[in-house]
Amino acid sequence: MRETQIQTPLARVRGLGSAKQGTEHWWMQRLTAILMVPLGLWVVAELWLLAMRGADHAALVDWLQGPVAATLLILFSGAMFFHLKLGLQVVIEDYVHHKPKKWALLIGLSLGCLIAGVACVYSVIAIALKG
Amino acid sequence: MDKASTSKSGVHARRPLSPHLQVYRPQLTSVLSIVHRMTGVFLASAAAMLCCWLLTAAAGPDYYAWSMWFLTSWVGYALLVIWSFCLFYHLCNGIRHLFWDIGIGFSLRATYASGALMLGAALGLTGVSWAVGLAVYFSG
Repeated sequence: MRETQIQTPLARVRGLGSAKQGTEHWWMQRLTAILMVPLGLWVVAELWLLAMRGADHAALVDWLQGPVAATLLILFSGAMFFHLKLGLQVVIEDYVHHKPKKWALLIGLSLGCLIAGVACVYSVIAIALKG
Repeated sequence: MDKASTSKSGVHARRPLSPHLQVYRPQLTSVLSIVHRMTGVFLASAAAMLCCWLLTAAAGPDYYAWSMWFLTSWVGYALLVIWSFCLFYHLCNGIRHLFWDIGIGFSLRATYASGALMLGAALGLTGVSWAVGLAVYFSG
């Protein structure tokens, strides 16, 4: 059976061309990257210092009790999972061409990053408030 | 090559083919580029670990002990070493990318120089943080 073409060439181009989200994707990847340059260095330094203190539960609670540390770690977690989602999305789009597999991976990635990000934010708040 | 690409009709004989990546001689620039992507993908596992570590910490000291049991195992230490290098690499090369984004360092010479500098910085930061860390840990 031959497929009937009911769209004009222009309509097809409009529908199948750029999804018009490339700039936003690129921009958010850069924005989260810029945010994570200082935050990443701070997190690495803090985790390094925590390891020097034995990294026990009390030391971790002590680190996150202040408002500054908790705020910065929440910011880092959010930026990290957003950046991770944007980056792995491109990797999947580049290498996975089997459409059902591709969409399953993209949905799993988006939801996974959302869930992990929320879990991190909740955990930091819980540790900061109740210890 | 010509034999293989010649079809019976001969119509497709001159169609240019995209060669496999393996036939190119690896250059510093291309290797650093693909390693940036590979470290990024691998760092996803570090992000998952950070999430598990924070979740168990929020659940209480008993659950936190599970995370620390894993992280202080041989597998955990090996992962921490690899994660730390991947993070420093992705961070340093990410800064290199941000400079390219504002149009700085596009010449061939600058690209190679910044690549070598970035690789040295990533290896140096990884080495120094582990060397100083282990020295402080075992002396104190």
